[in-house]
Amino acid sequence: MGSLLSQLGLECGRKEVKEEERHLRANDREFNLSYEYADNAIKTSKYNIFTFLPLNLFEQFQRLANAYFLFLLCLQLIPEISSLSWFTTVVPLVLVLSMTMAKDGSDDINRHRCDRQVNNRKVEVLIDGELRSEKWMDVQVGDIIKLENNQFVTADLLLLSSSEPLNLIYIETAELDGETNLKVKQALTVTGELEDCIEKLANFNGEVRCEPPNNRLDKFTGTLTLKGEMYSLDNERVLLRGCTLRNTQWCFGLVVFGGPDTKLMQNCGKTTLKRTSIDRLMNVLVLSIFGFLAVMCLILAVGNGIWEYQEGSKFAAFLPKQEGVNAPFSAFLTFWSYVIILNTVVPISLYVSVEIIRLGNSFYIDWDRKMYYPKSDTPAEARTTTLNEELGQIKYIFSDKTGTLTQNIMTFNKCSINGKSYGELLDFSGQRVEINEKTEKVDFSWNNLADPKFCFHDHSLVEVVREGNPEVQAFFRLLALCHTVMPEEKKEGELYYQAQSPDEGALVTAARNFGFVFRSRTPESITVVEMGELVTYELLAVLDFNNVRKRMSVIVRSPEGKLTLYCKGADTIIFERLNPSCSKLKEVTTEHLNEYAGDGLRTLALAYKDIDPKYMEEWKLRHHEASTAMDEREEKLDALYEEIEKGLLLLGSTAVEDKLQDGVPQTIEQLSKADIKIWVLTGDKQETAENIGYSCNMLREEMTEVFIVSANTAEEVRKELQTARRKMRPDGPEEPTVTKSRSGLFCLLKTETVADEPVDGEYAMVINGHSLAFALEKDMEMELLRTACMCQTVICCRVTPLQKAQVVELVKKYKQAITLAIGDGANDVSMIKAAHIGVGISGQEGMQAVLSSDFSFAQFRYLQRLLLVHGRWSYLRMCKFLRYFFYKNFTFTFVHFWYGFFCGFSAQTVYDEWFITLYNLVYTALPVLALSLFDQDVNDRWSFQYPKLYAPGQLNQYFSKRAFVYTVLHSGYSSLVLFFIPWAAMYDTVRDDGKDIVDYQSFALLAQTCLLIAVSIQLGLDTHYWTSVNQFFLWGSLCVYFAVIFTMYSNGMFLIFTSSFPFIGTARNSLNQPNVWLTMLLTSILCVLPVVAYRFLRILLWPTVNDKVRYKVRQDKVLPPAPRRVQARRTSTRRSGYAFSHAQGYGDLVTSGRFLRWTPKSRPALFSQTDSPLAQTQPQFYRTINEGGEPPLSP
Amino acid sequence: MMASNYNAKEEDGHQPAAIGHGGAGTVKNKKPDNTAFKQQRLPAWQPILTAGTVLPAFFVIGLIFIPIGIGLFVTSNNIKELEIDYTGVDMSSPCYNCSQSYSWNSTKPCTCSVPFSLDQPFESNVFMYYGLSNFYQNHRRYVKSRDDSQLNGDKASLKSPSKECEPYRTSDEKPIAPCGAIANSLFNDTLELYYIDPNGSRTAIPLVKKGIAWWTDKHVKFRNPGGNDNLTVVFQGTSKPVNWRKSVYELDPSDPDNNGFINEDFIVWMRTAALPTFRKLYRIIHKKPNMTPTLPLGRYILEVTYNYPVRSFEGRKRMILSTISWMGGKNPFLGIAYITVGSVCFFLGIVLLIIHHKYGNRNHSADIRS
Repeated sequence: MGSLLSQLGLECGRKEVKEEERHLRANDREFNLSYEYADNAIKTSKYNIFTFLPLNLFEQFQRLANAYFLFLLCLQLIPEISSLSWFTTVVPLVLVLSMTMAKDGSDDINRHRCDRQVNNRKVEVLIDGELRSEKWMDVQVGDIIKLENNQFVTADLLLLSSSEPLNLIYIETAELDGETNLKVKQALTVTGELEDCIEKLANFNGEVRCEPPNNRLDKFTGTLTLKGEMYSLDNERVLLRGCTLRNTQWCFGLVVFGGPDTKLMQNCGKTTLKRTSIDRLMNVLVLSIFGFLAVMCLILAVGNGIWEYQEGSKFAAFLPKQEGVNAPFSAFLTFWSYVIILNTVVPISLYVSVEIIRLGNSFYIDWDRKMYYPKSDTPAEARTTTLNEELGQIKYIFSDKTGTLTQNIMTFNKCSINGKSYGELLDFSGQRVEINEKTEKVDFSWNNLADPKFCFHDHSLVEVVREGNPEVQAFFRLLALCHTVMPEEKKEGELYYQAQSPDEGALVTAARNFGFVFRSRTPESITVVEMGELVTYELLAVLDFNNVRKRMSVIVRSPEGKLTLYCKGADTIIFERLNPSCSKLKEVTTEHLNEYAGDGLRTLALAYKDIDPKYMEEWKLRHHEASTAMDEREEKLDALYEEIEKGLLLLGSTAVEDKLQDGVPQTIEQLSKADIKIWVLTGDKQETAENIGYSCNMLREEMTEVFIVSANTAEEVRKELQTARRKMRPDGPEEPTVTKSRSGLFCLLKTETVADEPVDGEYAMVINGHSLAFALEKDMEMELLRTACMCQTVICCRVTPLQKAQVVELVKKYKQAITLAIGDGANDVSMIKAAHIGVGISGQEGMQAVLSSDFSFAQFRYLQRLLLVHGRWSYLRMCKFLRYFFYKNFTFTFVHFWYGFFCGFSAQTVYDEWFITLYNLVYTALPVLALSLFDQDVNDRWSFQYPKLYAPGQLNQYFSKRAFVYTVLHSGYSSLVLFFIPWAAMYDTVRDDGKDIVDYQSFALLAQTCLLIAVSIQLGLDTHYWTSVNQFFLWGSLCVYFAVIFTMYSNGMFLIFTSSFPFIGTARNSLNQPNVWLTMLLTSILCVLPVVAYRFLRILLWPTVNDKVRYKVRQDKVLPPAPRRVQARRTSTRRSGYAFSHAQGYGDLVTSGRFLRWTPKSRPALFSQTDSPLAQTQPQFYRTINEGGEPPLSP
Repeated sequence: MMASNYNAKEEDGHQPAAIGHGGAGTVKNKKPDNTAFKQQRLPAWQPILTAGTVLPAFFVIGLIFIPIGIGLFVTSNNIKELEIDYTGVDMSSPCYNCSQSYSWNSTKPCTCSVPFSLDQPFESNVFMYYGLSNFYQNHRRYVKSRDDSQLNGDKASLKSPSKECEPYRTSDEKPIAPCGAIANSLFNDTLELYYIDPNGSRTAIPLVKKGIAWWTDKHVKFRNPGGNDNLTVVFQGTSKPVNWRKSVYELDPSDPDNNGFINEDFIVWMRTAALPTFRKLYRIIHKKPNMTPTLPLGRYILEVTYNYPVRSFEGRKRMILSTISWMGGKNPFLGIAYITVGSVCFFLGIVLLIIHHKYGNRNHSADIRS
């Protein structure tokens, strides 16, 4: 509702008519103002001083609960109906409204502050032929503004000119789409000529026509008309608000969209409010409670009608009838009177308390030191405070791979050079030594260009390099030459690599540290510092990587004129193309490769070949021919490459570790023990994904079978899925068992649930994006779901962000299970938003995932704590709270119902009005809050020890419709006891001095005290974890109750407010009576006794896991063993080690020179002040280059 | 409820995390505090329901409740109580005639004598109650039909009573004092008790009409306007309740301390009953200084001045004579309830004990899959 309203507000603030086309003229404010485009001021705040109260109230009363209470309040103003004083409703309502109002107000003040801060930023604007420093909010559409390096882009701009050659500029879009790599934008040549000449710029009068404001970040269409000429504009020319200018001295831009029209602002606002399943259940329950309330009121109203007819008419001598009120009308009035009295079945404080509890439990997540990651100083954060209890009900986890399971850090771990393996430490007896933090690292200080963060443990390799071993040198030379990495040297000797894949970065960095420093490149040359010597190689050709070739090569001419082809690629591919003379080396290397693969490392084989210059000449000609050929260019090139990459000489192999985050295998093991299914959805290749699957224990050698679905047509995919399914469950039915049901408010939601199908043995499925696209079609999704849900592990690779979301939606739709998506990058946003709960890994790839997530933390392993500890507790607490809350209010209300039969159905309350007002707000508020903030069945270590404890949440066991019915019956019993025991005990009796005690006021006092004691004891029974706060709140509340009644029933209060406190003296006169106390004792015992007996029997005969663990904790009286450190299991079978996570086309880029901008020596001054902030956060100095237009996939 | 997930601050990467890029070391460490509260490690007592606690509790409750119950039952049984229904429903009843012809305004009082006999003497103080049945003193409209300010002696309220008193707020354009339906329906039967000597002569038993209301009611809640002197003047300009025969200041002209709003019969009536069947203290028969019983056994006559009509709504009127104990009047319920609950507890304890012995080892084997 809120968003709707604010959107309305935004909409009204602008124009009513939808803009069809934007038309603006540079430097012509009058012209542009005629269109009334929004200026650059942004407004995210909702209220101002004057609108706050009415708008906020209006918003609040749109909530059903508040509106209901307003309705009650109106009912109470009708004297014929009013059965309670106005304050019984007004006090809670005002309290709730003012609390919400305070929260909304403070939120809005923060927004105002942010808005102000952003709006008041200064930017240089070209006005009347000179540059003036203006506030952001005063910038108008059509203004020309100047941006300097590292400044934020003020509005959506059309780039006019820049300081860089070719009118390029570099921007970082991390805030916009989460990608941290730099992107290039280029101005039109015609505007680029303006350069920074103020005069020219001031006279610039180009007219822009373009699309109306929209939210597409990757698209822009428009035209620029300048001096009668039309130029087309696309996304390449546009700078979006939210980006940051990098590595560019200055640029000029023409404001096209300002403030609310910018793509950034257009992109936000459509947050779908996530609600938990408990929320939905609560809504259903509240509705049924309303129904129940209506039934109760109806019964009492009918009773009243009958009473009026039979008794009331005769009793008129003492109680005259109201004028014009006959029995049916009286019944009608009574109905509403009872609506007021019995409204406590749905107390307003329920909603407030639920919010408070969720907020409190969210704070616990923020405060948890065990989810704080010291390395990046990131605590866990609950960004949404309304979903906590759902964390305890997760059934499916969808995880991204890169940056989530893995650190997205590749480390050069081992290598095999010329048949000798390096990188492993062996002790004297030849045993492997475990490498840990303390192991001595290789000292690279002899190399002043070395990357200080690189670490390696095998000293022998350095020695060999420094000795000048030709094979080893050739090995590293290859690594330094054969790649598509871009160097960046900001200061002399400070090298940063921008690698297209992190593997390459790792390899080039390794070469760098071992003395073969890749220094710079031009389209025609590569400069390398070889053991301190500057060597420039002529780059003759780059034989680029593609998916089929699975290798890349470079052909270089050394300064001595020697021509060499260096090649690296998948072992199988390279081995096929080796010179037969290497067969022995091949065998040894294969052995090493097996070993590396067994360790879960990514391997590459390296080979080289010397080329005859003559042959090269001829080849180059043919290459040129082929690359300019009009048809079958690809094939011709491939054939050429194939021809030259033959007869290679093997150098060795590399092993790069795609480092898993700490504790990932253990976390996955724990979560699967808790019956949570984990699906990995990654943009990575199948091989990489499988590899990671094995190393984090999701795929295991002992699994019965791992199905791989990678087909190219829909029919094949279907067949493969069916085959897999039949293998897992040969006797299973062909058609899935679908349970159709209806749920939600008024049963409007149709749900279909596919039953879980049991299978023998453990299976896993790997499906690639291509097949997934077919499988997600309407007619096949059920097949996919069934097969996938039978598997322990599902890995989807090469999936697009959209498919990630589709998979999540599929499971959500047919499994009716709670899903969680965890990811770190912009490509995970869709699934994070689609899942019930989205978790963002903060730290690595920008903020986009975190910004759209509900919870965020720095490490994947914290997920188990989030779910198994926080989630479980939150769920437990919320369920306990709801059960208890409904119990206490139903009990409270039912007593009124019974009393109705003894007071002529006249809507007379049993309790004092003040008690009714304060019962939920004061007497029982804090103890139940303490219960739901502190309670824990077992502590966190036991929660880890027994992940099975998580199961009740998944099965909705603690709070369901059934539990609710049980609660209602329980309250029914309690209310019977609480009404009829005092009734019978007091019937016709008197005080110990013979005076009255069965008067209305004494009876009210007795009934309310009995009630309060009984519900307090019930709370005590429900509490499993008695902290001092619980004790204090519980006893404190009882004390407060007695203090309050003695105060309210005192002489003073009566004499001051005679009509408000008529209960004077009741407390004194009845609480000194022994039979009053005996009655209280009796009711308490009678309320508690059956509960205790029932619970005792249940624990005795049908203990739940929970009970067993609690019993065990009690028996052992010791802390559980500290979580054991599981050794990552090594599997020895060789898998395809190929994991060259490259994309095609970078060879061309490297040679085209488009990215070759850095000429380090020529302009060092510029970079000295502009440290790239990104490079410093990256653990190793390479970045991922993404091509401009390509949608981001997981690297 | 947030209008959007957009926050101006987020736009430009001004989160602390982003600042962290550049000014490393300057930002405060965000490590959460290590307090027991924030880490959810508050020391706590974690009781669980085990046989060791539940079974003894059941037995102990049983063992405590049964004696209490017996005590209560015996006490209640020792209380002597006599109840006489003088409504006059039966033709044979002495008050039949009076009950048939009633009118609020009849000037001639109707009296009837109900003979009864005590077969055991009543010792100590004896309390005389009148009881009404089927009388809805707890009806919502009835209960609120009063003006506490007026009864507390507020002069403004005396002149213009609260609206709650309608329709008994004014009469003949004069405010009614005391106003409202409760006051209007004041119980106005007069009960007198005579002991019939064996020789046939009647001895009036002295009935004390003071000390029957709560102290707080008498001294705080109810006050005459302008003190107790000259009530006639004070109540000038007010009208008597419609059903009353005399004005409020004529309730007990003999005793200024018991007249007007602080008339104890009136106060007792104004303390509305919780249930439609109730009894209210009417008079006290103080015990005699010597050893003779307050009410010796023998024959008595209850002289009723029959004013109060209950026949129309099938109500009943009773006169109750009762002694009291430390636990109040006669009510066997509490005693029986205690005995029952105690026995049930004890029995349940035994049943649970048997079940525990038979199946109790299920829990011990703690075969929990970790």
